[in-house]
Amino acid sequence: MISATQKQRRFGLAMPAVLFIAVLMGGPMLIMVFVSLVERAPDGGVVWGRFTTAAYTQFFYEENLLGEMSFNTDYMQIYLRSIYLSGFTVLATFVVGFPTAMYIAMQEPRRRALLIFFLSLPFWVNLLVRNYAWLLLLRANGLLDQVLMGLWITSEPLNILYTNTAIAIGLTYSFLPLMVLPVYAAMEKFDFSLVEAAFDLGANRVQALLHVIFPGVKGGIIAGCLLVFIPCLGSYVTPVLLGGSKSLMIGNLIQAQFSAARNWPFGAALAFVLLLMVIMAAALRAVLLRGRNRREL
Amino acid sequence: MAIAMQLLGLDFNLSFLSADMISHQYAGTDVKVLNNLTLPIHENEFFTLLGPSGCGKTTMLRVLAGFEVPTSGRVLLDGQDIVKIPPWKRPVNTVFQNYALFPHLSILRNVTFGLRMRGLSRAERHKAANEALALVRLEDFVNRMPSDLSGGQQQRVALARALACKPRLLLLDEPLSALDYKLRKEMQGELKRIQRETGTTFVFVTHDQEEALAMSDRIAVMRQGQLEQVGPPSDIYDRPATSFVAGFIGDSNLLPAVPGADGRLHLAGGVDLGVAGQQPAQVMIRPEALKISPDGPLSGRVADLVYSGAATRFSVTLEDGSGTVQIQQASASTSGISVGDHVSVAFDPKQLWVLAA
Repeated sequence: MISATQKQRRFGLAMPAVLFIAVLMGGPMLIMVFVSLVERAPDGGVVWGRFTTAAYTQFFYEENLLGEMSFNTDYMQIYLRSIYLSGFTVLATFVVGFPTAMYIAMQEPRRRALLIFFLSLPFWVNLLVRNYAWLLLLRANGLLDQVLMGLWITSEPLNILYTNTAIAIGLTYSFLPLMVLPVYAAMEKFDFSLVEAAFDLGANRVQALLHVIFPGVKGGIIAGCLLVFIPCLGSYVTPVLLGGSKSLMIGNLIQAQFSAARNWPFGAALAFVLLLMVIMAAALRAVLLRGRNRREL
Repeated sequence: MAIAMQLLGLDFNLSFLSADMISHQYAGTDVKVLNNLTLPIHENEFFTLLGPSGCGKTTMLRVLAGFEVPTSGRVLLDGQDIVKIPPWKRPVNTVFQNYALFPHLSILRNVTFGLRMRGLSRAERHKAANEALALVRLEDFVNRMPSDLSGGQQQRVALARALACKPRLLLLDEPLSALDYKLRKEMQGELKRIQRETGTTFVFVTHDQEEALAMSDRIAVMRQGQLEQVGPPSDIYDRPATSFVAGFIGDSNLLPAVPGADGRLHLAGGVDLGVAGQQPAQVMIRPEALKISPDGPLSGRVADLVYSGAATRFSVTLEDGSGTVQIQQASASTSGISVGDHVSVAFDPKQLWVLAA
């Protein structure tokens, strides 16, 4: 048992981080919530002190020139597209990343370090540059089209660029390491002799994967899914470059409200809804992991 | 040859299980872990693979389980070659050295795992699991998690999990090595009882010769991937085939002997051993077959003695130059002897065992 004073001293170690987050993250978030609840000023900025929920109403309804309110799904569609694209990205990074993580975990320790180093190499290049490279690859008559047509697989350009497909490819590419790393970390601690035990007890490869490996690295899988899903929801650069103006995501919408539309309260409201979605995803993780922890007690 | 054996009804395949000329070399190495190993194993027997670490006994077990496909050779189960059959299709189960219980599953779900993989109904699974848990006396633990259990209890669960599948062959890879001495002794008896009650063929791997002698119906002594000797424990102990077996199983004194003009073997100093022999040989005498007594034909000086309660163990350097022998004797009959004393040593010719030199 540790005494109360020891506990206090230990908490002291965390104080710099706690202060930093409270002041520089909690503070701005409170300001954001406040901004979302006041009236907009015509040239951007807000009128402090005049409270209204207009920003949240605007999310669901639009007002026409006659002052009548009608239900509007435009913004919800952008949110749904973001959720759908992020969900797809989670799935795609999992399908590609899980075998990769398993392969790395099964190498000898020195080789593992090298492979993890290779995995982190793309981070050395700016995200903007990497997405711009995809723009060149995916554009009409770009490298992808040329290769496919050269191999007689397709006869005309695919026109992938500026579609949801292009965004999905870009997001999957950008966030793949964030799936591989936590899954690998869990995999490294996983006792692979359990797989032999499963084989010995009559489980074939698929059964061993489903009943032994997945539950064994469940924490890593959930962490990887969240690490991909959350930043994906708010991603900005990839949809701007690869999605063009047709395929907006939440991040682009928020940015537009603060700049072109000069509607700060609405931008803040959109950001707050995004924050609620992230919190819900984190809560889901806690629920998923709690079942396991309870049984492990 | 094979046909002749078949006609005589001596077909090799009549064995329940036989590993036939197994050789194995791990990829990227040039050492043969197993070298032309042939093991016939009978149904319902407690068969032990015994040898020092690195002798290939665990590899042999992995070949039987299906985790390794040997470089050459066959494994015949009921006359059928199973070398190419994957582990999940073999009627063989293993108790692993580290138990390998699934940490995310309750004891019940661990024990029913093999039955679930085979698609048995819930009722059948629970019945088999309860039987298996009753066999290892852990009926009340069904809802616990493996981490709640002690090492000895986890061991029993691993055993129940394997037995619930009703295997034709149960493989045990040094299952007792992680337990403390008292628990190990207890589990030895338990394993023996369970083997008798279930009538399952056990193949047990150990480096502990005492454990092997206590539990086995037959023992195969292995060394560097080759078989040294197979036989019942008493054969292995009393009539070792090679000096390696003599040295590895129990303590033994190996003394060089030469044939004399009378057709009997003599020690270097001329002492008549009382056994016939025409060739130079090594003579094995167990420490308990030697005795310090005033009328013994051998003489020597006590170099060391270790008192351990009921028995005392002496190291006596023989004066004829044959070397130092170990003697184990009831403490009551040796009181008063101390290091440096001059003693006479007697032996019973019937307890000598002659090995080729």
